[in-house]
Amino acid sequence: MSLIETEDLYKIYDAGGAPVHALDGVSVRIDSGEFVAIMGPSGSGKSTFMNIIGCLDQPTRGRYLLGGIETARLTRDELATIRNEKIGFVFQGFNLLPRTSALENVELPMFYRSMHHGERRKKAREALKRLGLEGREHHHPNQLSGGQQQRVAIARALVNDVPLILADEPTGNLDTKTSIEIMELLVRLNRDDQMTIVLVTHEHDIAAFSRRIIHFLDGRIVSDEAHYPDWEKPEERPDQ
Amino acid sequence: MINIPDTLKISLRAIRINKMRSALTMLGIIIGVGSVIAMLAVGTGASEKIRQQISSIGSNLLLILPGSTTSGGLRMGMGSQPTLTKDDADAILREIPRVQDVAPILSGVAQVVFGNQNWSTGVYGSTEGVFVVRDLSLVSGRMFTEQDVRSANKVAVLGQTVVTNLFGSSNPVGQIIRIKKLPFTVIGVLGEKGQSMQGQDQDDIIYIPVTTAQKKIFGTPFPGMVRNIMVKVRHAGDINDVENEINSLLRQRHRISSREDNDFQVRNLADMMQMAEQSSRVMTLLLGAIASVSLLVGGIGIMNIMLVSVTERTREIGIRMAVGAKTWDILMQFMIEALTLSLMGGVIGIILGIGGAKILSVMAGWETVVSPVSVLLAFGFSALVGVFFGFYPAYKASLLNPIDALRYE
Repeated sequence: MSLIETEDLYKIYDAGGAPVHALDGVSVRIDSGEFVAIMGPSGSGKSTFMNIIGCLDQPTRGRYLLGGIETARLTRDELATIRNEKIGFVFQGFNLLPRTSALENVELPMFYRSMHHGERRKKAREALKRLGLEGREHHHPNQLSGGQQQRVAIARALVNDVPLILADEPTGNLDTKTSIEIMELLVRLNRDDQMTIVLVTHEHDIAAFSRRIIHFLDGRIVSDEAHYPDWEKPEERPDQ
Repeated sequence: MINIPDTLKISLRAIRINKMRSALTMLGIIIGVGSVIAMLAVGTGASEKIRQQISSIGSNLLLILPGSTTSGGLRMGMGSQPTLTKDDADAILREIPRVQDVAPILSGVAQVVFGNQNWSTGVYGSTEGVFVVRDLSLVSGRMFTEQDVRSANKVAVLGQTVVTNLFGSSNPVGQIIRIKKLPFTVIGVLGEKGQSMQGQDQDDIIYIPVTTAQKKIFGTPFPGMVRNIMVKVRHAGDINDVENEINSLLRQRHRISSREDNDFQVRNLADMMQMAEQSSRVMTLLLGAIASVSLLVGGIGIMNIMLVSVTERTREIGIRMAVGAKTWDILMQFMIEALTLSLMGGVIGIILGIGGAKILSVMAGWETVVSPVSVLLAFGFSALVGVFFGFYPAYKASLLNPIDALRYE
């Protein structure tokens, strides 16, 4: 069974009387454990697609099944539960709560799971440690570098043991060196922990880390092909 | 399912981050609650004072005054017609069983001399009944008796102020004082009564037998005349019935035909007092209502700030929703924040209100009573304000679309 299955997804906005087809019949399947990069110019519908599979937005028409669950019929709160239990988000702008420690940011998804305070703290510490942020638990986002902030965001994304990570331009605000570090982190999560990762990017270097690349144009999928990333061929792996 | 302590922590942090703004928002509630408490304290204090005065005058009292005279078409003031006598008073006590006691009063101002001291004071001629009617108590000596009244003995019972002015600290009982040059033996000293509602010193007084007053001190146009009669009724509930009975008894005694008006008037003291108390209660309500308006304004301030806060934190709301916050979680987060603001303001307001009431009573000399009910009321009201004015902004926040909230700049 596919983790993500969409069938004829349409998202139509009404822009001043003229309907805009942000998504124009998108059908795709993504299996558990895949590492997919979605590419396309701005306005191609890739972000709209991400928002819908992230249960942040709903399609105008079409079906979307996440882990076999038909999401179109779910209420706001049921969608919130799905986001909490099944999806971890990594955003371009990190989207950490300001004036809140790294630890508390990572605790946030567990907070809405009514998890006990002590357990929350313990798991958040573990997640931060796993991402090499030991000792930074009590730093606020503005005391951390961009790469560190994004690692806090990744810790927050995976702390609830979700099967799916959605990363929307995760390296868009980072320099090349840090971008590669973050991508290697995602690669490890996919390779070692079998997490499904869907990544939106417009950079070929970043998409090159994935094993499947889907191209969007004008709300449709124009190409969908397997890709063999450098990290599967260790001898060609860049030094960084 | 919602984690109250942690949500409270979030609220406290949000309040702390904008210290100045939170303080100003709270100030509205502080002033509102504080003024409600202080105003109710002033009003309750005034009612309390009136109630004390009612009991100091003596409850269940009726006052009978002579009627007004008409001379040449000109109506004279109440009491200008000398129609009441001591016999009327005796008849009321004799004929109406529900009357506990009566006190005919013939009073005037007279110069009183003891040794080389002299003092001008109110001299009240009455019967032994006055001690019951006016709830008088003695600190030394005795009251005058029916025997003293019948024989028109020259005996006097003094109030505290008179004693202080004539005798200083020595014991006046057994001494001879002169009232209008006539010697009187002091037989008793009254306990302190304090000021009357009109601010009169109720201890600046001398009681003597009414007969002595009539014959020797003031003189009367006809025998037995008194200025007024005070009547004490056994049970407060009977006061209106007794009033009617006195009316018919006196009409009969004064031979007033059914076409004529009374030549006397019966006044119900308790009624007058109750009216005063009523008006002070109305004043309390009015003060409270005015103060509540400021509480309302404070509430609107909370709503205003919460709306700003929701807009400012749209992105935060988006992040929370993205990681799984439900409608209810967001609603509660902002409700608890508004409630925290209003309750903190409420508690500070209560403290300042109680303090303000104390200051008022010290500085202005007003009697203030902070009742626990008013504190509970103010606290409950500020909680209500928080819930009421916090709901709309919180509701608005909870209905945000997660994707729009996340994209909000």
